Amino acid sequence: MEKITNFFKTFLLFELVKGMALTGRYFFARKITVQFPEEKTPQGFRFRGLHAQRRYASGEERCIGCKLCEAVCPALAINIETEEREDGTRRTTRYDIDLMKCIFCGFCEESCPVDAIVETRILEYHGEKRGDLYYTKPMLLAVGDKYEEQIAKDRAADAKYR
Amino acid sequence: MPAMAEIRNYTINFGPQHPAAHGVLRLVLELDGEVIVRADPHIGLLHRGTEKLAETRTWLQTLPYLDRLDYVSMMCNEHAYCLAVERLLGAEVPLRAQYIRVMMDEVTRILNHLLNIGTHALDIGAMTMVLYTFREREDLMDVYEAVSGARLHAAYYRPGGVYRDLPDRMPQYVQNKFKNAETVKRLNEARQGSLLDFIEDFTNRFPAYVDEYETLLTDNRIWKQRTVGVGVVSPERALALGFTGPMLRGSGVEWDLRKKQPYEVYDRMEFDVPVGVNGDCYDRYLVRIEEMRQANRIVKQCIDWLRMNPGPVITDNHKVAPPPREKMKAGMEELIHHFKLFTEGMHVPPGEAYAAIEHPKGEFGVYAISDGGNKPYRIKLRSPGFPHLAATDEMAKGHMIADATAIIGTIDLVLGDTDR
Ligand code: SF4
Ligand code: SF4
Repeated sequence: MEKITNFFKTFLLFELVKGMALTGRYFFARKITVQFPEEKTPQGFRFRGLHAQRRYASGEERCIGCKLCEAVCPALAINIETEEREDGTRRTTRYDIDLMKCIFCGFCEESCPVDAIVETRILEYHGEKRGDLYYTKPMLLAVGDKYEEQIAKDRAADAKYR
Repeated sequence: MPAMAEIRNYTINFGPQHPAAHGVLRLVLELDGEVIVRADPHIGLLHRGTEKLAETRTWLQTLPYLDRLDYVSMMCNEHAYCLAVERLLGAEVPLRAQYIRVMMDEVTRILNHLLNIGTHALDIGAMTMVLYTFREREDLMDVYEAVSGARLHAAYYRPGGVYRDLPDRMPQYVQNKFKNAETVKRLNEARQGSLLDFIEDFTNRFPAYVDEYETLLTDNRIWKQRTVGVGVVSPERALALGFTGPMLRGSGVEWDLRKKQPYEVYDRMEFDVPVGVNGDCYDRYLVRIEEMRQANRIVKQCIDWLRMNPGPVITDNHKVAPPPREKMKAGMEELIHHFKLFTEGMHVPPGEAYAAIEHPKGEFGVYAISDGGNKPYRIKLRSPGFPHLAATDEMAKGHMIADATAIIGTIDLVLGDTDR
């Protein structure tokens, strides 16, 4: 009996038809396509993208130039120089991240004691010539100023896990 | 009398730019007509010197580089490394962290096998498979992203536990001109609760998806013609060649580190180890399909446990893992620990340790030697892909050139971990 069914199954392309039926079902099923770039898939709250330097509400930059992030960076992507400012505080005179070297591990954010350097949820940035992705301090601060609201919200939500 | 014309075999380069040669594999094939006489894999095009790099990085800094070895099963690589370091340190890992690791390892296993089956079928000519498997991969990638912040290179495990606990909410779709409120509501159904709810919803749906893959491939006569009896490896040869993972189990040897040398909490999990019979590409495919179902089972068990048992996810030994941020900002001693850990790194007692895990591709091992400093003295990585690739010649000999694709697909090759 089994032989006969097998014969007919083989002869009638049974398994191929079954496969086609599955494809056919999906042909009429609801589409799951996401029309990138107009719309986007949900992005995780912990997403590690472009770096930013943050400021306090007073407008003072957070970074105290402790160089922890420079020390922990596995890719040696961060370069810092510090100096004493007129008011006696220590601040960075140079803070560069070479995004071409960076491996987006998130250790810099993890190590920073004052939450100055953070990885934002921005993933769409680009450079058009060599050196464009070498982010300097003003560039990083600008990113931070622009997205501060989002950054602060994500950090606050994640604070209890860290 | 004119001399007989000398007939020489034809030698071609299969890869490194061939679309069916995964990654940057260069395979030099010696052909007699269409039959492969000799297959000679050349590796090294993706060599990044991870082992050497580790010698100049602290123990923590090496971790993200491990992600980049087998870039299809990231967390499993980290896992082996963390186990090795923990063995050297003699560090205790909280039970919850162990469960999270096991769960994420199995999620990774599903991710890896989905990619393998999808692209293997794609290479052989079944175009649609990859569309189905990547649909599920997308869900699991979201899990990765929610947990660690990166879809691929997670850097989530730490010596002594995992970085952060599982999040209690999931990102959601938002309404736009393509999706009305109703669609968005349906898409967000699984995303209402915590991450665990999301994964649970996935595990409930997943077996039906695997059935779909099986409908498309398992009985399909073209798939069978391309895989049955291709690349046969006998159990004896598989052992002699140093095969591990699905490659070994496909040949009928029941060897699984999760059962034989249980690490973390695998001894508390209930699952079966599938084995093949004939040791050909088709059997290895079946083993992988079944492994996905079993991995799904393990994930379910982990979810149940994780729901019931909240707790710490990283050791409170601050010589190994940094203190929580709250405390770091309030206490002097914690701040000192924090600074010490992120500049100098932890000091690992002198000694050597080997830790191996059942990676989706086989046995992935890390052999670490410490001289007591803050950096590894030497790290040796045992990648499962290397011995498998080394056996290409034996598997491909005598087959047609088109079968070379099937054989490369079946060894689940990721050059990142073969070259290291
Ligand atoms: S994310 Fe990692 S690699 Fe990039 S700058 Fe920060 S520490 Fe360095
Ligand atoms: S960004 Fe943070 S870790 Fe880096 S130097 Fe500034 S304060 Fe220190």
